[in-house]
Amino acid sequence: MLRARVIPILLLRNKGLVKTIQFDKSKYIGDPINAVKLFNDKEVDELVFLDIDASKQNRKPDFEYIKSIASECFMPLGYGGGITTLEDITQLFSIGVEKVIINSAALNNFDLITKAASIYGNQSIVVSIDVQKNLLGKYNIYSHAKMKHKQVDLIEFIAKAEQAGAGELIINSVDRDGMMNGYDIKLIHKLSTASKIPFVIVGGAGTLAHLSEAIKAGASSVAAGSLFIYHGPHKAVLINYPTHKELKKINDERK
Amino acid sequence: MITIIDYGMGNIGSIQNILKKIGADSKITSNVDEILNAEKIILPGVGSFAQAMENLHKLNLVDAIREKAKQNTPLLGICLGMQLLASESEEGFVDGLNIIPGKVVKFNLPSEFKVPHMGWNLISYQQNCPLFIDFDKFDEVRYYFVHSYYYKLENSQNEIANCNYGHHFTCAVNFKNVFGVQFHPEKSHKYGMQLLKNFNELELC
Repeated sequence: MLRARVIPILLLRNKGLVKTIQFDKSKYIGDPINAVKLFNDKEVDELVFLDIDASKQNRKPDFEYIKSIASECFMPLGYGGGITTLEDITQLFSIGVEKVIINSAALNNFDLITKAASIYGNQSIVVSIDVQKNLLGKYNIYSHAKMKHKQVDLIEFIAKAEQAGAGELIINSVDRDGMMNGYDIKLIHKLSTASKIPFVIVGGAGTLAHLSEAIKAGASSVAAGSLFIYHGPHKAVLINYPTHKELKKINDERK
Repeated sequence: MITIIDYGMGNIGSIQNILKKIGADSKITSNVDEILNAEKIILPGVGSFAQAMENLHKLNLVDAIREKAKQNTPLLGICLGMQLLASESEEGFVDGLNIIPGKVVKFNLPSEFKVPHMGWNLISYQQNCPLFIDFDKFDEVRYYFVHSYYYKLENSQNEIANCNYGHHFTCAVNFKNVFGVQFHPEKSHKYGMQLLKNFNELELC
């Protein structure tokens, strides 16, 4: 039985780890490489690093720095931020990244996805979509880099991404980012019928029970930032991750 | 010394990183002579089968790899590198290296099984296989998988491990000193480290 993956998502800013709330209020957490070492010891399923400034600042990924992170990662590693060309993707794979994450905001057309998938396979091309619910409960695609909404239907966009060659989706609920009050279960239900490829849900996890809920609702994997970074009611910074036993339990409740 | 074949298909960095971690010497090359002189070979690979074969042909590596397999040089194919050992693939309908007879076919599963098969899954392995020495210390053996196609062996005796996703499928193959694993040992923590350590310490047989 394939287990749903439980994935810490770590945000990079100026070679440091930060955590945000609703994509805002970034707080410095610590050294990324140190965090990777701790996650190695905890035998984490997978790690994702997102450089949250690269696209906004219109710059390339910091390949040297990503390489130093990748060399410590003995788990699958996804990277997103500032990827705009096939050369960027090739370079990321050569330095030890398994999956490249391209944000919907960067997708003016899907050519890059199609080209990259035809060379490196769909499984290594991930499309990340930031989703915000409007007052009427409709899900809009949010562009972090441009600070505005794209006028595209979420479900249509997902179908297009799949068709173009994406092998996986990361769906980030902006409203829930850093809130730690649970995932948007309605969104997960919607996605599990809409998406033929695996999707990772992120935004809102505050407890292990939240992870279970999301898996039960149909998420192929669950990701979180705060949950694996903070500890206790006062949010002390402490890298943590469920034990193998806990992971099993989280998954078993699906049956 | 393990020679990692570089033919422009992916995850070479990760493999070199983990080999360093377990104390195995390695080098990366696409040079035919260096490959012909290699003591041990890892054939990595992420991506499409057809593109991979095209690259191997362009670099004149197809015959070199076949020759090494004939000479009984220990060879480990990882992920796509494993699939390339097959006779042919549905992915692009091209011939493979044809070292371990079989066909690479796409998962055809009910809709609740999303493809690619992506994530950690348990494997059942043959305990007497040298690749799985010292594995009895693990309560269960799990590996990280990412693939949409799987290896359908012509001869089931070449299977050394299998996995279940919708149905059982072969996830590790062996013929003489040639091994292939569908999963990613370089990304599978201690389970991967032990397997690669075993490969590194493999005695010629």
